[in-house]
Amino acid sequence: MPGQEKPLTKNIRPDGTAPDLKAYERAGGYDAARKALKLDPPKVTDLVKQSNLRGRGGAGFPTGMKWSFVPVGKDAPHPKYLAANADEMEPGTFKDRLLMEGDPHLLIESMIIASHAIEADVAYIFLRGEYTLSAERLESALAEAYRAGYLGQNIFKSGKNLEMYLHLSAGRYMCGEETGLLNALEGKRANPRAKPPFPQTSGLWGKPTIVQNVETLCNVPGIVANGADWFKSLSYTADGGTKLYGASGKVKRPGLWELPMGTTAREILEEHAGGMRDGLKFRGLLPGGASTDFLVEEHLDVRMDFTEVQKAGSRMGTGTMIVLDDQNCPVGMVANLTHFFAQESCGWCTPCWSGLSWASQMLDALEAGKGKPEFLDYLAHETKFWSPGNTFCALAPGAAEPLQSALKYFRADFERHITEKRCPWS
Amino acid sequence: MTGVTIYVDNRPYEVNAETNALEACLSLGMDLPYFCWHPALGSVGACRQCAVKQFRDEKDTKGKLVMSCLTPIAKDMRISIEDAEARAFRASVIEGLMESHPHDCPVCDEGGECHLQDMTVMTGHDYRRYSFLKRTFRNQYLGPFVNQEMNRCIQCYRCVRFYRDYANGKDFDNFGIRNIVFFGRAKDGVLENEFAGNLAEVCPTGVFTDKTLKRHYTRKWDLQFAPSICAHCSLGCNTSPGERYGKLRRIVNRYNGEVNGYFLCDRGRFGYEFANSGERVRAPQIAQNGTRGQATKAQALEAFGILIAPGASLIGIGSPRASLEANFALRELVGAERFFAGVADTEWKLANRALDLLRHSAAPPASLRQIEHSDAVLVLGEDLTNTAPRGALSLRQAVRRQPFEQIAAKLKLPEWNDHAVRVALQDAKGPLFIATPATTKLDDVAAETYRAAPDDIARLGFAVAHAIDARAPEVPRLSSDVAALARRIAAALKDAHDPLVISGVSAQSEAVIEAAASIARALKVSGKTAKIFFALHECNTAGLAMLGARPLGEALDLVGQGGVNTAIILENDLYRRALPRRVDAFFAAVPHVVALDSLFHRTCEKAQLVLPAGTFAESDGTYVSSEGRAQRFFQVFVPAEEEIQASWRWIRDAMLAADHQEARAWQSLDDVLHTISEYEPRLSAIVSAAQPAGFRDEGQLIPREPHRYSGRTAMLANISVHEPKPPDDPDSPLSFSMEGYTAPAQPPPPLTPFFWTPGWNSYQAVNKFQSEIGGPLRGGDPGVRLIDAAPLEQSSYFASAPPAFEARSSEWIFLPAYHIFGSEELSRHAPGVAELSPKPYIGISADDAALLRMTQGAQAEVKLNASTYTLPVRVIDGLANGIALLPAGVDFLEGEEFPARGTIRRGL
Repeated sequence: MPGQEKPLTKNIRPDGTAPDLKAYERAGGYDAARKALKLDPPKVTDLVKQSNLRGRGGAGFPTGMKWSFVPVGKDAPHPKYLAANADEMEPGTFKDRLLMEGDPHLLIESMIIASHAIEADVAYIFLRGEYTLSAERLESALAEAYRAGYLGQNIFKSGKNLEMYLHLSAGRYMCGEETGLLNALEGKRANPRAKPPFPQTSGLWGKPTIVQNVETLCNVPGIVANGADWFKSLSYTADGGTKLYGASGKVKRPGLWELPMGTTAREILEEHAGGMRDGLKFRGLLPGGASTDFLVEEHLDVRMDFTEVQKAGSRMGTGTMIVLDDQNCPVGMVANLTHFFAQESCGWCTPCWSGLSWASQMLDALEAGKGKPEFLDYLAHETKFWSPGNTFCALAPGAAEPLQSALKYFRADFERHITEKRCPWS
Repeated sequence: MTGVTIYVDNRPYEVNAETNALEACLSLGMDLPYFCWHPALGSVGACRQCAVKQFRDEKDTKGKLVMSCLTPIAKDMRISIEDAEARAFRASVIEGLMESHPHDCPVCDEGGECHLQDMTVMTGHDYRRYSFLKRTFRNQYLGPFVNQEMNRCIQCYRCVRFYRDYANGKDFDNFGIRNIVFFGRAKDGVLENEFAGNLAEVCPTGVFTDKTLKRHYTRKWDLQFAPSICAHCSLGCNTSPGERYGKLRRIVNRYNGEVNGYFLCDRGRFGYEFANSGERVRAPQIAQNGTRGQATKAQALEAFGILIAPGASLIGIGSPRASLEANFALRELVGAERFFAGVADTEWKLANRALDLLRHSAAPPASLRQIEHSDAVLVLGEDLTNTAPRGALSLRQAVRRQPFEQIAAKLKLPEWNDHAVRVALQDAKGPLFIATPATTKLDDVAAETYRAAPDDIARLGFAVAHAIDARAPEVPRLSSDVAALARRIAAALKDAHDPLVISGVSAQSEAVIEAAASIARALKVSGKTAKIFFALHECNTAGLAMLGARPLGEALDLVGQGGVNTAIILENDLYRRALPRRVDAFFAAVPHVVALDSLFHRTCEKAQLVLPAGTFAESDGTYVSSEGRAQRFFQVFVPAEEEIQASWRWIRDAMLAADHQEARAWQSLDDVLHTISEYEPRLSAIVSAAQPAGFRDEGQLIPREPHRYSGRTAMLANISVHEPKPPDDPDSPLSFSMEGYTAPAQPPPPLTPFFWTPGWNSYQAVNKFQSEIGGPLRGGDPGVRLIDAAPLEQSSYFASAPPAFEARSSEWIFLPAYHIFGSEELSRHAPGVAELSPKPYIGISADDAALLRMTQGAQAEVKLNASTYTLPVRVIDGLANGIALLPAGVDFLEGEEFPARGTIRRGL
């Protein structure tokens, strides 16, 4: 029944401590892992497929289908790898942090199940280096899991082996891109790789690999324990499960809430985040972190799932919304985001490394009151230039989204910067 | 290579089904822009310049932009180059690249052969909208050969992909982020990789350029070219030298799909400056009564004619770096019995043995392309990086063959998808085994290495042959380690599709060469098509051997016996070929010496008559490479000094002066070639290495100069305002002008002086001269092979293995260590090469250094061949104990004879 069960956050404590292995197990933890290990790997994948679990890292790709592309069986190449993408660097996104700090064993259990499904021999948690508390907690939890015989040789006495390592990233947003992550793990520059071939067939060290977002993985134990239908029943819409929704910006209660998938933007904003702070009016929000298009007042009743948000002209992305109020300059906001994207460009493909730099400089000039009228045409041109397929990876297309939607919904504000030769909010 | 139909802008074309859309369109001769793709480096999809529209079917009018370099060919696929959106996108990519580009074309070395210029014009982008500051960099010092100007960089990544991925260089990388990516070294310093010079051609802008050209810069369109062959080793890479105002300015690669492909080594690219050095002989010299003075051509010929008058007892010493024609003319003058090789005796014996074995070994000699495609290789005794450098680059590609078949092909990854293939292959390498006395740079891609004295290397080789075919002689008293290694090598060679054995003359050992041939035979007996490659040392060692030149030692003996009036020494310094005391004795015993050469050296000092020979750029001729490939090189320019001419012409003129009637027949190069083919049936094919002088393309000569060549009338106006007639060229169908059969028409490959076609001013123009990208030139790759595999029955197993090497206490075997920079006679006169050449040293193993209680740099007293030297110690990693190395051809060590036994002691 949507609204009541909170499988992702049920163990998370208000005092900020995390359950250790004993506490985690008392609450039912690692039962799903034991259950999964008794199933044939393809059966686990099937289960996840049926549940309609979709990736919560931003792309929304059906998870079960992704796993099914990994070759399994006696002719499959080895070693195979699972990598948890814990490099949460999307501006405005902090949901994976909550899960790793608050319930590290949930991630580990989910990775044990996922590794079993794809017959992985080695698993990595690729963690953003700045998440020091997560690192501490995960290290501690890993040590406990190894001591308990849940990792290493003959895990859970199943006859199977699984090594799991925590890897701290040395920085760069691109490490959160699936293939950039693989290059970084291999000790190379975090440039992306062309697909095809996909990591499922040629990934880490050229071997079959699944890279999966932390939140996505954390849904898996529940699915194994309770079944695909249960998972679907948690949601308001066709995309299964619950979602960690977040809100940041000048709302009364910025934070994270586990809610049924398909909760409306309005409910998140007004009920859970408490609406705008006193004296401030809502102007728009980026529904899933920096690389999503603005939604405005007319969209607030959109159900926040992968399909519905897309119909409204945006993407749910990570589901952590950044809210813009009327006392903040939209141009300044987009300038800030574009500066981030420009700085994080890896320098590989032309539209991104050349275009983002140019756009960032134009936006800074606009903010400083030095913008030229033609900049708006150039910016619009650049956002088309960075369309998906034109670039090598999704960074620049993501950067296009807040900029192109700001130009659409807040064009008058851009024009005022030019005509008034200053930022009207300064 | 199957063909399928695809549609480009609604027109059907038949293309190679296994390639990608970019290569298919380029192979069809279409103009599609690109940057990061390179025919030898494959596709990575970084620059986005090659975008085209792809349509699902005829009804799809919207289509989708795709990168043609990463789009595999599919039957009936529909793409559009002309689509408006695709064109606009490609122009936007140029706009992006131009953001920080300095627009310094007028002062940039690349201007006029700049791929960025060409692609900019092709896309039509011509208006700057970016109005902010450009990002800039501090440039690095990278050594004497490559100049860096980072502000021009468009971040195409070709340089780092070539340097690291293709050439396995370690000291060059990309640093930085976003639009501030830096390509260079971690710190200023000389680039360590021997192929760094290729960066000048690989870089599509003026970031990396030829630093030697910069010192005497000329625009490409103002250079005069000719199809030429590198004179600095035995591989015969094809080059396009460029000249202006009587001075050689630079060398660029000339594509030959079977030989050098797209790349040259740095010795070949930068060694040309010897031709401009102060050591050049530019006028005849006559030395009489202790004084040496300049003479006119007439005086010189008169003197020469007297010396070779009928009845004179003559000997001629031929040259491994002079043309076949020059050597042959000398042989005709002195007679075959009196024609000797100007090569160290040991090396000569080995070179002849190698050629003999090639003729009888049942394994054909491998071309460089075939080396690259071998999937299991054994190297016996040869340090290719220093003796046949371009071959080392080919081996670095060969080690990827087996992993490609075993890994990438299984994942259905096409080879052109370089990005994906490298991820899949990671560090996997195929079987390359290297057995040499000391470490070699190729060790870093070898599966296994074996460090031993030459006799032990030979024993390993014979053991491999025996392990492949039990009928090959067994090697007695072989250690179990070596026996096991031999079995591993044998298994790898037997399992391969294209096994290859490489050896050469460097180890100074006949047994090593015979062992290599035995392995090739054993593989053939086992039903494998094996190939073999013997690295010789100089550009025409093989040709000189095919002319039957006798060993130098015989000449020294003959002269010592007395009775020889005149020695004619062709393009050679004998002091590099034998011990100084033997050469001194030679010169003391022969009353008259005639030396023909381009550089003045100690042999010229001893000669009464010195004649200025044209360099490879000032004459025409034929060289035969290690592969047995005869290739023609053509004169690039006529030197200002009239007296300089091709050696064969000097000999011909002298013969005429002495009334040898047969010389009358030799008016042009073709005449000499004709005579050679009559007298030497084994060499008759050299006539077809290039078209004869009478050849015309649509009735026209082929111009050496680009059609925009400027200043022809102005450059001599200070001498005379009357426009001189361009010199005639009786030896080739090429003209010393810009008039004639010009692009887009394409002359036959052996006659193509440079690659250019309208709109393609850079080296990328070579795409249009191939029918398949990266394949042979249209019309065939230049050169004719003179040796092919003999039938199996003709060959037999050779002598059995030598006994194991035993290091003797206080006595070492001295061997030469070859250095890419420094060991070769001509290139070491180029300033950059000289800078990188080693000074004399004595190389010993760490154990031997400890034995002698010496450390790196300490002075040692070295005695061999009755000479005593004081030399600094160089501890050589992995060198076999009991072996000592001296740098070959360097300074006062240049005449040392090998192998030699001698002593080493702590110096005082």
